[in-house]
Amino acid sequence: MSEASALAEKPQADETVLKHRIEVTARSSESQIEFENLPSKIVVRNLDFFYGKHQALYDNNLDIKENRVTAIIGPSGCGKSTHIRVYNRIYELYREQKATGSILVDGRNILSPNENLIKLRKNMGMIFQKPTPFPMSVYDNVAYGLKLHYRIKKSEMKDRVEQALKGAALWDEVKNGLNKSGLALSGGQQQRLCIARAIAVEPDVILMDEPASALDPVATSKIEELITELREKFTIVLVTHNMQQAARVSDYTAFFYEGYIIEFGETKQLFTKPAKKQTEDYITGRFG
Amino acid sequence: MQESQKKTRQNIPDLIFRLLTGICAISIVAVMLYIGWELYKGAAPSMKEFGFRFLVDKTWNPVLGEFGAASSIYGTLVSTLIAMILAAPMGLIIALFLVELSHPVISRIVGSAIELLAAIPSIIFGMWGLFVLVPIMQTKVEPWLQEHFGYLPIFQGTPMGVDMLTAGIILALMILPFITAVTRDVLQMVPPVLKEAGHGPGATMWEVTKAVSIPYGIRGIVGAMFLGLGRAIGETMAVTFVIGNNHEISSSLFASGNSIASSIALEFGEALNDPMFKSVLIQLGLILFVITFVFQVLAQLWIGQLKKHERS
Amino acid sequence: MKSTSLTLRRATDWTIRALSMIAAVVGIIFLIWILWDVATKGITALDIKFFTERTGPYNRDMGMANAIIGTLYITLLATIIGVPVGLMSGIYLSEFGRTHPLSVGVRFFANILMGTPSILIGVFVYTVIVLKMGNFSGFSGGVALAIIMLPVVARTTEDILTLVPNELRESALALGAPRWRMIIQVVFRAAKAGLITGVLLAIARVSGETAPLLFTAFNNTHFTFYDAEGPLRYVYDMNEPTSNLTVTIFQYAMSPFKEWKELAWGGSLLITGAVLLISIVARVVFKGGKTTRV
Repeated sequence: MSEASALAEKPQADETVLKHRIEVTARSSESQIEFENLPSKIVVRNLDFFYGKHQALYDNNLDIKENRVTAIIGPSGCGKSTHIRVYNRIYELYREQKATGSILVDGRNILSPNENLIKLRKNMGMIFQKPTPFPMSVYDNVAYGLKLHYRIKKSEMKDRVEQALKGAALWDEVKNGLNKSGLALSGGQQQRLCIARAIAVEPDVILMDEPASALDPVATSKIEELITELREKFTIVLVTHNMQQAARVSDYTAFFYEGYIIEFGETKQLFTKPAKKQTEDYITGRFG
Repeated sequence: MQESQKKTRQNIPDLIFRLLTGICAISIVAVMLYIGWELYKGAAPSMKEFGFRFLVDKTWNPVLGEFGAASSIYGTLVSTLIAMILAAPMGLIIALFLVELSHPVISRIVGSAIELLAAIPSIIFGMWGLFVLVPIMQTKVEPWLQEHFGYLPIFQGTPMGVDMLTAGIILALMILPFITAVTRDVLQMVPPVLKEAGHGPGATMWEVTKAVSIPYGIRGIVGAMFLGLGRAIGETMAVTFVIGNNHEISSSLFASGNSIASSIALEFGEALNDPMFKSVLIQLGLILFVITFVFQVLAQLWIGQLKKHERS
Repeated sequence: MKSTSLTLRRATDWTIRALSMIAAVVGIIFLIWILWDVATKGITALDIKFFTERTGPYNRDMGMANAIIGTLYITLLATIIGVPVGLMSGIYLSEFGRTHPLSVGVRFFANILMGTPSILIGVFVYTVIVLKMGNFSGFSGGVALAIIMLPVVARTTEDILTLVPNELRESALALGAPRWRMIIQVVFRAAKAGLITGVLLAIARVSGETAPLLFTAFNNTHFTFYDAEGPLRYVYDMNEPTSNLTVTIFQYAMSPFKEWKELAWGGSLLITGAVLLISIVARVVFKGGKTTRV
């Protein structure tokens, strides 16, 4: 058995992996300590990613804190989407893509071949850039995930669906038309439907890949409000090319460039006094 | 370093589903190979008996047991050639009409009409060919051709109506919609930017087409012709009605003949109790199979090149 | 520098335009001509007797009732065999092995099978089924038609499923759906319209085929229902030579009898009408659109 598979067999994370501390840009040493004391939902260490022979992510190290919004920013093609798509291993749909390194979720390395993908994905909701309502009614869309994982009586299902739609701030707009096709909603509504669908199965983490970039400003601000509300119950990772959005909505921000994480820290600090020049150049618009 | 490349704890249902679909997919290959094998097996006795001479011999005497494929091969090739000569330019120019030269509404109507033509079953073409086209050919068209072009050997001899020329025309009608449709698709893929650039210096529509669209789409257009040809070669019912059932080779288009497909269709019934006759017909089928197989392979490779070319 | 003649250029352009219009008109003329002839020559044969009497021996009361039923049953059998296998193959090509060398091979052979003359498929089924079973049968006819349908359904399914955007697949997977559910519950549903169109067009195409039935289903002048009580007596015994429209049209057209030739036209009208109707319904009602050239 090779070293790699031996490591994979271990259910607990390796001490050496956890000991690796990441640099955090913070306002003060107190807030830095606060950061380290917060529980980490996702711990990423030494993550490399390959599209066939081409490497897209280099030695990514990141801590995603529980019940916080972590934003991932950077110019197009820097690897932001690639990075979060490793969290739920959705990239495995494509044969030539592969990831190496460790990603610990609740202490468990989810990149291990023994990981139960279905449980993992149930636990990591994903919202895409383009709203993706299924070709079914609004009700069936939200119930889809629930039906996959739970045996629920019809009456309870209705409550759950309502709850999810309320949680996504969509209930009032669709409560009289639950049977209408999900495709008949507006863009912003469709996206909130996708969010309702994702939160219905009660994940711990919600991954959002530029959720508002295809929407108009009004719909966008609705989504941003929603993100702030959802933070109470979920851990959110938000990829966005809109820096103002990241500044408005997130607690921590990671700046990616060409597959590397250049800087990671408290949002307020990173946007006002970034530690690295590259970050400053990007934020002030000198490139990207 | 950990690799997560291996498929994690696969769902059993997923594996089963993948297996099922995979088996169905492989069945296509299996059927194809099985067809080739059975045709070979069935043709073997005849191949042993007649050898390579079979391909150039035009004797056809079921009673005496003497057979040769020459007239069938000749008929297949000639009728297909006529069909291509008629349908290829016409398909190309109609496609041009649909893409460049007509009002969008007209283009849609005519386009739909052409597609309708494609849906008509081949036996209908055969019926119409035999009862409507043949009399016209025999009493009007062919005599006219003979009168004006009778010095050409192809227009000599008694106009039969049920002959090579009629077969060629019916085949042309049958493959015309296909060639038109594929060529139209190809021409529609020419980027508008290129065409606009062509018009820039002040060119006529035809000049732009000639200089831009056709060269750009030439591979696809040739591919369309290949495919049309492949269809014409194997067409059975339409040809069977109008080609006659004559195992002679004549230089005249007005003479009856036969094609491989028409021979099998018309004579297999009689051959059921005659093993050698049956084997002969199956050998004809094998020859047809090989011809169409080679054609399809060439067409696919050509089109495969096309797809690679487009991606670059 | 001598300049090219503008008049000549314009004239060439004009000539080509005229030629193309003429060509299109000629094409339309032939279409209308053929359909007109089929309609007018066929309509007189479509009386009550046509739909109730069997294709019996040459006598006064003749119809094509048994042939119509036979074609229905044979086509049904072909659909039952060919469509599921074709759908599954298409799913494999689109969802599991898009770039896999196996898929490349399958696609390659599917295209070749689609281009194989249908009479050879009939001869093939004759040697592997009819000879083994010792008799002509509707079953072998259905199998022959199924073999013709198979690559068509597979390729159209693949083309249509490929059009479904990947985000939809990922959304379902991201909720924790196993792959097979994602394919059947989400991808299939999204592609429903196109798939129905594709299947209907494939059915329309095989129902008009003659050559593959010549030596498989052969023909029959009788109604070949099961000799039974209960619902089976409305079902054709597929282990018998089965009457069918297309072979009957062929035989009648080649015969010397005027009445039979009229019946052949009637059958032609019926088949053409059915095929065109299904094609139009498939395209218009389900708005499937164009994918593979069938």
